[in-house]
Amino acid sequence: MAIGVIYAVLFWAATLVLVLGVANKVRIYWNTPAPLKIPTTPAPITPGGVVLRMLQEVLLFKSLFRSDKLLWALGFLFHYSMLLIVLRHFRYVQDPVWGIIKFIQPFGVYAGFVFVLGLLGLLMRRIIIDRVRYITAPSDIFMLLLLIFIGISGLMMQYVSHTDIVMVKAFFRGLITFDWQPLPSDLPLLIHLGLVATLMIIFPISKLLHAPGIFFSPTRNQIDNPREKRHVAPWAAELDKQGKMFLDELKK
Amino acid sequence: MADYEIPKISGEEGIVDVPKIKPDAMKSHGPWVSKPEFQEAMHFPTDFKMPEDVSQYGDADTLVENWKERALDKMADLKGRYRSLQVFLDICVKCGACTDKCHYFLGSADPKNMPVARQDLLRKVYRRYFTFAGKFFGKLGIPKFVGAAELTEDVVKDWYNYYHQCSQCRRCSVFCPYGIDTAEISMAAREILDHIGMGQKYCTEIMGKLNKIGNNLGLPEAALADTLEGLEEDIYDDTGVDVKLPLDKKGAEILLVTPSADFFAEPHVDGLMGYAKVFHELGLDWTLSSYASEGANFGMFIGSYENMRKISLRIRKAAKDLGVKRIVFGECGHAWRVAYSFLNTLAGPFDFLDQNYPIPQHVLEITEPALAAGKLNIDKSQNDDMVLTFHDSCNIARGSRMGDKPGGQFEIPRNVIKAVCNNFVDMPADTIHDATFCCGGGGGILTDDLMEVRVKGAQPRMEALKYVTNHFGVTHMAAICAICKSQFTKVIPYYGFTMDQIVSVHQLVSNALILTGQLTEEEIEAKEAAEEAERLAAKEAREKAAEEADKK
Repeated sequence: MAIGVIYAVLFWAATLVLVLGVANKVRIYWNTPAPLKIPTTPAPITPGGVVLRMLQEVLLFKSLFRSDKLLWALGFLFHYSMLLIVLRHFRYVQDPVWGIIKFIQPFGVYAGFVFVLGLLGLLMRRIIIDRVRYITAPSDIFMLLLLIFIGISGLMMQYVSHTDIVMVKAFFRGLITFDWQPLPSDLPLLIHLGLVATLMIIFPISKLLHAPGIFFSPTRNQIDNPREKRHVAPWAAELDKQGKMFLDELKK
Repeated sequence: MADYEIPKISGEEGIVDVPKIKPDAMKSHGPWVSKPEFQEAMHFPTDFKMPEDVSQYGDADTLVENWKERALDKMADLKGRYRSLQVFLDICVKCGACTDKCHYFLGSADPKNMPVARQDLLRKVYRRYFTFAGKFFGKLGIPKFVGAAELTEDVVKDWYNYYHQCSQCRRCSVFCPYGIDTAEISMAAREILDHIGMGQKYCTEIMGKLNKIGNNLGLPEAALADTLEGLEEDIYDDTGVDVKLPLDKKGAEILLVTPSADFFAEPHVDGLMGYAKVFHELGLDWTLSSYASEGANFGMFIGSYENMRKISLRIRKAAKDLGVKRIVFGECGHAWRVAYSFLNTLAGPFDFLDQNYPIPQHVLEITEPALAAGKLNIDKSQNDDMVLTFHDSCNIARGSRMGDKPGGQFEIPRNVIKAVCNNFVDMPADTIHDATFCCGGGGGILTDDLMEVRVKGAQPRMEALKYVTNHFGVTHMAAICAICKSQFTKVIPYYGFTMDQIVSVHQLVSNALILTGQLTEEEIEAKEAAEEAERLAAKEAREKAAEEADKK
């Protein structure tokens, strides 16, 4: 039961850090003005066009495809297998489980292998290509290893030493209703969950912010209409209003 | 020719090979530092001293008091005012997609010229002082673990050096999966440097001249009027047609704002005569302004919204004072980005101009439809001595648009060239349109104290040019940017080309355009001969009269 309590606290804390941390960052991005129109052109000239551009970036990694085919392929495999895996895991908290989740279950299992292989490819790239090695910080390697071990420990439970999945489900459903439940004390499970909680905690304080951040990237989300529509940030409008040239001349 | 190795070009593929990294290959003290007097004119701090020895320029000697605190304050200020900076500093995943996209990296192999590494010079300081991870691991003494670093004098030296090896061309932002634009980072870095006594002389000195006199050259009104008169004579001598280049003409319909290099530099000036001939032929009433006699706006290069706005407001004032109805920009890359993307923001709203025309408008947006509608009498064979290619200027390609449709900035200049020339070939696809390679001199780099950077940065473009030269017999490269034209004419000799191989697009228009009432070469010769004969006869008569007077 002690393990159950520790992991319950860990997951509550991790969820809190993830949600509040990302919300805080999104709030900052939202509130920070973009004073100039800087879409990378050619850019869409309508809001619908921007939505399409953003969807192509988020769902297909379009710019990356132009940029580096190998990296695109590895990144694509990793991200989409992760998506399948995350969706598959819904069955450990849902009751009843949605049909779509049941449907992807078999794909989700194989996605585990693709996930690990994709990540290994990304790791190899960091080590082999001199340019990428140069820009790699230890934390970049650490994050890849974190994800790889999450994948491996998950696959171990699937193929090597099964854990009591009914008990795990009871634990997570208990988390939602603040009802303490025990957790099986299998090592692969504890490693798996510990690493996932770590990932959740580092998300809002690391480069993993690229996930919410891309939606705020002015070079991708702005409409190319500066001649048609005047775009002025509040701090810049103040210069017009007070008839000043420099910000430090403004009256507060 | 130089004490560094000039990159080799083969012309085999048109694309340069990605080099193995050579750390510190471009380590240097950077360009000349701006003096306090120049900084003062830009409203930047001046409480620093210049080193007496020029060789120390760019070393940390010029830092202001409490530079570290003030640098961090400025960083905090900027990330609060620019979403681009805040988001870009956070979201880079160091994937490396940009690492082989920068022309300065390809030409120099210095890893700090890879866009992500260039950004990291600033990002590592941001991470150390403004993020939990950086502060936490910084306190443990291992900030490097999370890509963070202390702000030291060495870091500032790297900022100064490597942020002046970025032409803010935005090629990296095209290829970044998140659209991270190194230009935004390098602009912010230069703004921070300007606030700690490390401004760049080239940019601030030039802006000082503009603020005082009206253009980057410091060309006063009288000299400008003289120059324009000279150009009118040149056109008259060439064509026998009286084409005007009006200055400060009140009540004109169009104010033409063009880079001041158009007034004197080759091949820029041939472009200016081209605009004049097009306006003349279309019957457009236009003028230049001596107060706003500059299209360039280096305020963008140094990331100073305030200075960029101050310069832009001159154009608004000139337009109002002259009572024009339209503003048209000449051939200039960053000027068009500032004009197209920022002018309305900085100096708008332009409710006093004619709303039936784009505000502002590019001169090519006038010439292209006029050519398409057959309003200009063109003899393409006048350009038959050339096989042309076209260099997309980065600020136009990736930071602006022409015409109604996205991508018009690629089509419109090409349409114009094809309408006035018989021989046109594009360079390889990975080096044109929005993948175009910078000339190597943009973004405040076009200065003699950065020649090595400029020469090496031109390599990818030179390789592409060599390719079309070898395979398609290209003889000339047309450009629509004053900086590109100046940079190329200076740098292409290093790669075995000659400076007259660079031409203005409106120079090509000018060559092929037959003005109404234009005399043929024979007619001009005959006219000149007649005038000469008249002069001789008059002279003879005078001499005869003098002789007779002597006799008496």
